[in-house]
Amino acid sequence: MGLTVWTIVIGTTAAAACSLVGCYLVLRRLSLLGDAISHAVLPGLVAAFLITGRVGGWPAVLGALIVGVLTSVLADIVHRRTGVPEDAGLGVVFTSLFALGVVLLGLADGTDLDPGCVLYGLIELAPLDTAPVFGLEVPRTLLTLVPVLLITIGLFVLFWKEVQLTAFDPAHAVAAGIHAGLIHHAVLALTAGVIVASFEAVGSILVVAMLVVPPVTAGLITRRLHHLMPMAVFFATTAATGGTLLATWWNTSVAGMMAVVAGVQLGCLLAVSSVILGERQSRGERGVSPGR
Amino acid sequence: MVPPVLEVDDLNTTYQRRVVLDAIDLSVDGPALVAIVGPNGAGKSTFLKSILGLVPCTGSVRVLGQPIDSVRRRIGYVPQRESVDWDFPVSVGDVALMGTYGRLGWFRRPGAAERRVAQECLSRVGLDGLEDRQIGRLSGGQQQRTFLARALAQQADVYFMDEPMAGVDASTQAVIFDLLDELRDAGKTVFVVHHDLRTVASRFDRVVMLNRRLIAAGPMAEVFTTENLQQTYDSQFVTLDEAIACSATTR
Ligand SMILES: Nc1ncnc2c1ncn2[C@@H]1O[C@H](COP(=O)(O)OP(=O)(O)O)[C@@H](O)[C@H]1O
Ligand SMILES: [Mg+2]
Repeated sequence: MGLTVWTIVIGTTAAAACSLVGCYLVLRRLSLLGDAISHAVLPGLVAAFLITGRVGGWPAVLGALIVGVLTSVLADIVHRRTGVPEDAGLGVVFTSLFALGVVLLGLADGTDLDPGCVLYGLIELAPLDTAPVFGLEVPRTLLTLVPVLLITIGLFVLFWKEVQLTAFDPAHAVAAGIHAGLIHHAVLALTAGVIVASFEAVGSILVVAMLVVPPVTAGLITRRLHHLMPMAVFFATTAATGGTLLATWWNTSVAGMMAVVAGVQLGCLLAVSSVILGERQSRGERGVSPGR
Repeated sequence: MVPPVLEVDDLNTTYQRRVVLDAIDLSVDGPALVAIVGPNGAGKSTFLKSILGLVPCTGSVRVLGQPIDSVRRRIGYVPQRESVDWDFPVSVGDVALMGTYGRLGWFRRPGAAERRVAQECLSRVGLDGLEDRQIGRLSGGQQQRTFLARALAQQADVYFMDEPMAGVDASTQAVIFDLLDELRDAGKTVFVVHHDLRTVASRFDRVVMLNRRLIAAGPMAEVFTTENLQQTYDSQFVTLDEAIACSATTR
């Protein structure tokens, strides 16, 4: 298969997984948590490398899961104990963990672990590193990305009720006997896994873009939670596909172009929806919600 | 012997070392409509959250004679409207259906039976035909009714409602009061944080007067006195009528 096709497959898989967990983050108003986690997981990645001698792959995803749980639990403790807002607690924890990762990286000096590669992966090169699967040479990165995507979809389907309640009204969920705290931390750990599996291939900038932009775009056109996630995946995968094609055509950065296309999608829908809202308001309808 | 619906023993709640609830002892028998009154910041919401285990606290709380974690499926909760994200992509029907989730447990999905329960609850609060409306696009009264419908769908025996009448129109208030009467007549106990002192004495059976400490609790006729009101509201008022008049104008 052609390189461009593999690039599209890698890009859409990563984008789909990111946009799914991104929906939860955006709904909980924690969108920048994705950025925080993508930094905080560094010590997990380095530790995985120090133990296995391998960059990326399943050890890295596992390391990220552990540090991801650690990040959200520590941030929660800081938030509860000191009374600083949730995002400030996260800020404290993720910068500390990132710094720890940088120090660990120094200890691993002399090896071929390059922080630029860990954090900014190159999607253009990802299809070149292949492994045989049933006789077909498949980009190695898909061996983690595809299972991570399937696990993400599976968990959301299996725990849809609990995720829905936890995202919408965690206090009511707990009162009704749903383990909202457990679900929340589990989704954040999943987010860490998705982020690491993805940015090995597509880079952290694109990961953060795909976590936030497609869910926000989808939120503009749907008022129902169970439509939000499929629509976010739709926007994410079309942005990944369109971005790859345009980048190949214009010979520019693939990851950058994917993020740009996602941004353009958002911009277009924003323009359309504000025109519709404007018309509604001029007809005297109440188009906007009264806020929080 | 039937245990009290709510039994609170030496309940203390602190937020970052600030004491919000101080040594609350309380026992309430049901079925009853119980008003919880006190000034802003008195800790009324915190009291409900402490009972429900939503905030860390010390002391013992028993609901229907058991620890709260064993009776969650028999409890309904209506949070204060400020805590709701009105932009969230859910419809009125979705919210009502969510009330059935707690009883379903892990892995089971809501089916036809749950949808029917949710629909019935929406009818009971007069929201027929609004099932598909996003919750941010409702009036204040309709929003409050939606969350009442979710609580009804929990099919609970004990309800905790945090200011369900805040910001609602007169017709919604009438609907809510009728609903409260129905619930009590069906043998349930409803705790309602309520700010309108005019309706406390006429519509509730019992009252809990709270201002960081428990000032008084018991049957309306014995407890809802000028002296207790003065203590609860830090002596801002001289007479009961004045307190009631004031509660009507400040909201
Ligand atoms: N999460 C919180 N963290 C810190 N302080 C809080 C928190 N929630 C409430 N408080 C404080 O606790 C006190 C009681 O609040 P609350 O229970 O909401 O009172 P009420 O519902 O009676 O108006 C208030 O002074 C409030 O500022
Ligand atoms: Mg309150």
